[in-house]
Amino acid sequence: MAAKKPEDFFRIGAEISDKKAPDKPIDQVWQTRQFEAHLVNPANRRKLTVIIVGTGLAGGAAAASLGEAGYNVLNFCYQDSARRAHSIAAQGGINAAKNYRNDNDSVHRLFYDTVKGGDYRSRETNVYRLAEVSASIIDQCVAQGVPFAREYGGLLDNRSFGGVQVQRTFYARGQTGQQLLIGAYQALSRQVDAGTVKMFPRHEMLELIVVDGRARGIVTRDMVTGAVESHIGDAVVLATGGYGNVFFLSTNAMGCNNTANFRAYRKGAYFANPCYTQIHPTCIPVHGTNQSKLTLMSESLRNDGRIWVPKKAEDCTKDPRQIPEEDRDYYLERIYPSFGNLVPRDIASRQAKYRCDEGLGVGPAVTEIDPDGNERQVRRGVYLDFAEAIGRLGKDAVSAKYGNLFDMYAQITGEDPYSTPMRIYPAVHYTMGGLWVDYDLSSNIPGLYVCGEANFSDHGANRLGASALMQGLADGYFVLPNTINDYLADALSFPKVSQDAPEVVEAVTAVKDQIDKLLAVDGERTVDSFHKELGSIMWEYCGMERREEGLMTAIQKIRELREEFWQNVKVTGVNEDFNQTLERAGRLVDFFDLGELLCIDALHRRESCGGHFRAESQTEDGEALRDDKNFLYVGAWEYGGEGGKPILHKEPLVYKAIELKQRSYK
Amino acid sequence: MSDNTLNLTLRVWRQPNRNAPGKIEEYKISGISTDSSFLEMLDELNEQLTVEGKEPVAFDHDCREGICGMCGIVINGVPHGRGNSLDTPTTTCQLHMRKFKNGDVITIEPWRAAPFPVIKDLAVDRSAFDKIIQAGGYVSVPTGAAPEAHANAVSKLKADRAFDAATCIGCGACVAACPNSSGMLFTAAKITHLGLLPQGQPERALRVKRMIGKHDELGFGGCQNLGECAAVCPKSIPLDTISQLNRDLIASLFKGDGKH
Repeated sequence: MAAKKPEDFFRIGAEISDKKAPDKPIDQVWQTRQFEAHLVNPANRRKLTVIIVGTGLAGGAAAASLGEAGYNVLNFCYQDSARRAHSIAAQGGINAAKNYRNDNDSVHRLFYDTVKGGDYRSRETNVYRLAEVSASIIDQCVAQGVPFAREYGGLLDNRSFGGVQVQRTFYARGQTGQQLLIGAYQALSRQVDAGTVKMFPRHEMLELIVVDGRARGIVTRDMVTGAVESHIGDAVVLATGGYGNVFFLSTNAMGCNNTANFRAYRKGAYFANPCYTQIHPTCIPVHGTNQSKLTLMSESLRNDGRIWVPKKAEDCTKDPRQIPEEDRDYYLERIYPSFGNLVPRDIASRQAKYRCDEGLGVGPAVTEIDPDGNERQVRRGVYLDFAEAIGRLGKDAVSAKYGNLFDMYAQITGEDPYSTPMRIYPAVHYTMGGLWVDYDLSSNIPGLYVCGEANFSDHGANRLGASALMQGLADGYFVLPNTINDYLADALSFPKVSQDAPEVVEAVTAVKDQIDKLLAVDGERTVDSFHKELGSIMWEYCGMERREEGLMTAIQKIRELREEFWQNVKVTGVNEDFNQTLERAGRLVDFFDLGELLCIDALHRRESCGGHFRAESQTEDGEALRDDKNFLYVGAWEYGGEGGKPILHKEPLVYKAIELKQRSYK
Repeated sequence: MSDNTLNLTLRVWRQPNRNAPGKIEEYKISGISTDSSFLEMLDELNEQLTVEGKEPVAFDHDCREGICGMCGIVINGVPHGRGNSLDTPTTTCQLHMRKFKNGDVITIEPWRAAPFPVIKDLAVDRSAFDKIIQAGGYVSVPTGAAPEAHANAVSKLKADRAFDAATCIGCGACVAACPNSSGMLFTAAKITHLGLLPQGQPERALRVKRMIGKHDELGFGGCQNLGECAAVCPKSIPLDTISQLNRDLIASLFKGDGKH
């Protein structure tokens, strides 16, 4: 292969910009847009069909809200019920600018914290709106019966979360995502009961149908019968979550995948900032080679837990309780005295990696391949210690706050975190990148909208804790239902699309062809073995720290692996069946291509920002060093065709309401 | 942590589809780390079967964190299983192999209940649960219509009890454990969650009548207060939620708004 420098891997296209946000002072942008948007008469709404893929906080809330508005909604999910979307696993909480704690919180501060936390790589108009609607989310959820934590006076309790200095996080023990999702699921169930929403569980979207340049439908596979079907509508909403499973091991659910988004990308939708992936600092370390997924421990644990490693390598195998105070390095408190253990996720993660790289990690030594290709044994864990908190608050108080997390830890590791410090290590958790959307959450394909983690807009290069739930629900309950009308107002005049239209037939055929191709290989390696290998390439070369050479190596390795996959994968069974191997194989096909795009994006962005850390771009202290002169833009990628180079479209970021600063948590 | 590994005999229910007869097949598996989860052990079995050119075992699972409710397998006769321990119940994905010992013979079957037909092997269709929720397991509050969150104070005690009931994950173990295949614990959890909160009051009487009506219509059996459900519930939904349901049901019969 001739390619030797980053520029050989992509082409540069025209600059793009958001054209929907009105040019007003930031606190008037949303109300102006709401007023300017075209509306659909309630009597006409039932004549319009909106296809929504995904039933998590964004998709479920959007489906319920658009159903209430009177649209005819078709809602799809790969799980057996809408209630199982992976939003359910979010533990810690949801932010809202209520200022119930009287501690200087405001819409502007939530906006400021989110932009700063995202390392100035998000679009400020979108973020401001997120902060603006945040308070309504709490009202809505309480009215639905979401049992948030309360004080004895009967009012809602708050806690603080990483990266901020106010208490604005609402929570429901360690199961906030579950309770919010069940709230959205109940609202959705009400619409199913009312006949406005039709559910399609165990259906996986495998293709987007584009007619006359507009998104007009999707192709799905019925995961029980194998039937490949087309569904036609007036708009398509993707709320399909993130792509963390490109790393194989992540905190995502096993089924989380990027196929819907990637199929849209291949049909022309831009994929923005794929290299912005978030590594969560507080996960349970890997136990061995058959590990199937990683489990996160809510970072709310960092409110009371203290993170440390031994100062001396010889202490790393000792019982941590035997290591005296003076031989412990509470490294976050030492390096970042004002934020301490509550520094943002990317910083906490990278510092844990450095301690382990220095040979100060704890727990079992695991075998791994270093960037130079050599095998090494490293202890990948740091302590998260509650001894001080238990001494200060008592075991009961600690248990009341974190009991279910402690139980979960004990269940998985067989160790008791009340008596011995937890061991934690970072893991892939959230992906800030996603399909490019404008202020209306519309992709560049008219009629294709993208909500929640599946889009790119609000978290920049790094997401703050308790902001994912906020964004999912903001998009689903309050943003999309106020913006999609503007498009649907014209939809009654769109020509009807029939099931035998050439674009529909072509999309259905493409899906069937790929299924046949996968089943025909009949090789010798399992799908999971390929996925694990892809994951280890991604983690090694495109994980917490990225370098130019390593990224180019990764791209080469991914291409070779994909080649081998199509020669040697073994997909058992037939299409016309409940065939889980076939499902996983199809998802992996898109993960290969996404993995490559992710590395290309990381390669082109020669700066460090948020979750994207380029070793070549750091301060003398080893902190991420942004390059605003050259990289103050969103990198939106256009599909370059089979075997072609992707095309980079830059959306310059303009900050009017906020001053650009080097992020510092010291 | 431990370096122990297990050699096991697995007796697994294999059933090609809803209408075909099923049977138990026996497989040997070795070298399973005791730190693995039960589902990771099944992953290994499936890798082994695939390499041998055999059809892997179908089973539902997703989050593998014990919260989505998608997994559910009867292990040695117990929904979600406990291995050789007497620990509090958990989800299948949170059962770890350290609860088993070398040489164990483990019988693995799907939920068995008429309202949950088998799709394939260990995967069943639980859409009946969605239908129960659709029959009123919600508060009718359209998006945007909510009052300020602090407009209603809720006693912490009630909020906490509502939360306990709201933690139900809809896995269906309660139904699988019940000799009558009753879905009463599942239904009662929702009745209790919403019935304890001020937001749930206006529809309280109507809700319980509709949900129970749907429960019965879908073929779930009646409750005899055996408590098998609560004994296997991975979220420890209290049995007294069923008392709450019964009280609400009787009260609803005397209320006009219970009619529909």
